Amino acid sequence: MTADEKRAQEETLRRVRASLARRYRSERRFRLFGLSSALLGLAFVAFLFVTIIGNGYTAFWQTQFKLDIYFDPAVIDPDGQADPQQLASANYRALIRDALQSELPDVSGRREMRELNRLISAGAEFDLRDEVVANVALIGSTRELWITADDEVDMLVKGHVERDEQGGARRLSDSQLRWIDALAADGRVEQRFNVNFFTRGDSRDPEQAGIAGAAKGSLFALLVTLVIAFPLGIAAAVYLEEFAPRNRWIDLVEVNINNLAAVPSIVFGLLGLSVFLNFFGLPRSAPLVGGLVLSLMTLPTIIIASRAAIKSVPPSVREAALGLGASQVQTVLHHVVPLAMPGMLTGAIIGMARALGESAPLLMIGMVAFIVEVPQSITDPATALPVQVFLWADSPERAFVERTSAATMVLLAFLLAMNAVAIWLRNKFERRW
Amino acid sequence: MSGSQTAEAVDLAEEEQLDNSRAPRMDQSQAVAEDFQSVAQEEYETHGTVTAEDPVMTVRDCNVFYGDAQALFDVNLDIGRNQVVALIGPSGCGKSTFIRCLNRMNDTIDTAVVTGDIRLYGEDINSKSTDVVLLRARVGMVFQKPNPFPKSIFENVAYGPRLHGLASNRAELDEIVETSLRRAGLWEEAKDRLDQPGTGLSGGQQQRLCIARTIAVNPEVILMDEPCSALDPIATARIEDLIDELSENYAIAIVTHSMQQAARVSQRTAYFHLGKLIEVDETNRIFTNPGHKLTEDYVTGRFG
Repeated sequence: MTADEKRAQEETLRRVRASLARRYRSERRFRLFGLSSALLGLAFVAFLFVTIIGNGYTAFWQTQFKLDIYFDPAVIDPDGQADPQQLASANYRALIRDALQSELPDVSGRREMRELNRLISAGAEFDLRDEVVANVALIGSTRELWITADDEVDMLVKGHVERDEQGGARRLSDSQLRWIDALAADGRVEQRFNVNFFTRGDSRDPEQAGIAGAAKGSLFALLVTLVIAFPLGIAAAVYLEEFAPRNRWIDLVEVNINNLAAVPSIVFGLLGLSVFLNFFGLPRSAPLVGGLVLSLMTLPTIIIASRAAIKSVPPSVREAALGLGASQVQTVLHHVVPLAMPGMLTGAIIGMARALGESAPLLMIGMVAFIVEVPQSITDPATALPVQVFLWADSPERAFVERTSAATMVLLAFLLAMNAVAIWLRNKFERRW
Repeated sequence: MSGSQTAEAVDLAEEEQLDNSRAPRMDQSQAVAEDFQSVAQEEYETHGTVTAEDPVMTVRDCNVFYGDAQALFDVNLDIGRNQVVALIGPSGCGKSTFIRCLNRMNDTIDTAVVTGDIRLYGEDINSKSTDVVLLRARVGMVFQKPNPFPKSIFENVAYGPRLHGLASNRAELDEIVETSLRRAGLWEEAKDRLDQPGTGLSGGQQQRLCIARTIAVNPEVILMDEPCSALDPIATARIEDLIDELSENYAIAIVTHSMQQAARVSQRTAYFHLGKLIEVDETNRIFTNPGHKLTEDYVTGRFG
């Protein structure tokens, strides 16, 4: 080895050494950057969950009064016939008022009576009615029942409204406050599990409003979406990947599918409005139409994910099947689609999750209406979970604040459940090759 | 100073030596180039005997085009019963293209066009009336890379018979699977793990599984596209023994890059070059007394 070569080698070594420290520094910096990005994202998610759960968990409890209700035959069944018609239209509010008054004998005068009345939810009398209609034997007896309190009372008991705040957020009078305290001292005020929230549709009264209508609306719409978009998406993807001839028309179709995935969702709402409602005359506000619109929106996502999944199936599997004498359809159905299934399912679930959280297209087809009834079929008018969140967030009553958060929690739970099913299905179908 | 001068002198001397050694090689490659030109001419007559005594498949004037590029030029070749034909030649010479014509696997390539007369027992396999599914059941194929289905060993072998309805009940299917695995020499290793994935076997075992899968449908011809190129020498030896045994019952065409393999397993050898079938003859003649210069250059390892 010559001296020159030796010098050159030493020089190389020196330069590499000099750059090493810098290289390691930049690698450390890069790792740190990645880690902090991940932590930042995690922090935001944690913040979101803490806020929503912190705001919303109280909505799962509802203040109720324990009252001894006397089902006075003179009030609800003066004829003694137990005629359902009669029972349905009787004055149950009077029963509650009487029960309250017997607890608070010092209340007098029309104004005070009216104030006392306002402690009780406007819907409480209908709960009583339903109980009596279901069980006429109640007439004439006295029962200790939990009667739903008004949302203002609820907010006060939960501490969302300050007691000493005058003329501001507190909308209860001093005497109402006094009566509540008296009932509480008697052990007659309690926060109990809010069944209404999970069994009812929307209401103007926060204490009567429930998420069931929206949840069922979302469920129906998603079922329609799944039934339509999943098979169509997979069929389209399989055709485009395995059977379509390579020509300009197919290229055009592909470009359009990719573009459709990027179209703003409200545009799909407009499409649904003009096609499904105006042209086909399908019912307004129905989960059927909502599901159709959402499947239009989800289709491109499913097609693109499914095509990627099909592409990733090794060609050797296709060759093996074809070489054994399987037809092209058999090759696809026996080997390609099963192997691509995990990827297709992932794509479908991503699409469905997006559809679940989508509200804009549903606004256009009327799923934003105020609907009290819980839908029983896909053609009944309904709303959807994200739309319900939006509606409640828009309502002025203080009690809707916690319900908005609670509805968001239900939406997230829905999403988590869907993802859990997706992961389970994926693991079930996952195969090595 | 003096040190570096000496080094230069040595360098020069080495270069000269290199030049000397290069010179004959240059002559050689020139010669090869001339041979190439003779082959590149339009008409080319294959050396040796393209016909077999008892042909199962006959190929006449087979041309294959991939788009504008022609991959095979006027190939004529017979594949005889109970005989192994080895197809050798440098990469890209058309061996694989040729055997893929024999069970119409080229159909799966959109741009591929196959012309010529290819017959299986006198029946034109490229005619419109030929059922590709039936053809591929009669002409099985083993691929370069072991490609078992990601299913159990049993399912891998049972897939073909099921597809073609060869077994009328489970007992028959079990029997077909066992016979096929036995003939592929995999039964002893696999009989206790039939329900386990075929992809969990070793490379050599996977390739034998693929062979078992192919013979499970009882084909008349087996095509093998470099079946041992991904295997170690021990697994290769097992497969070669297996090919030998299988040739008692089947007509086999095997593409190989190993001339030793061709010499070991085949009765006839066909040498392809640039899409043309240069020479085909009995294997020992190809390796001991080739008729064409290119064949000689290839089998003696001068290029390829």
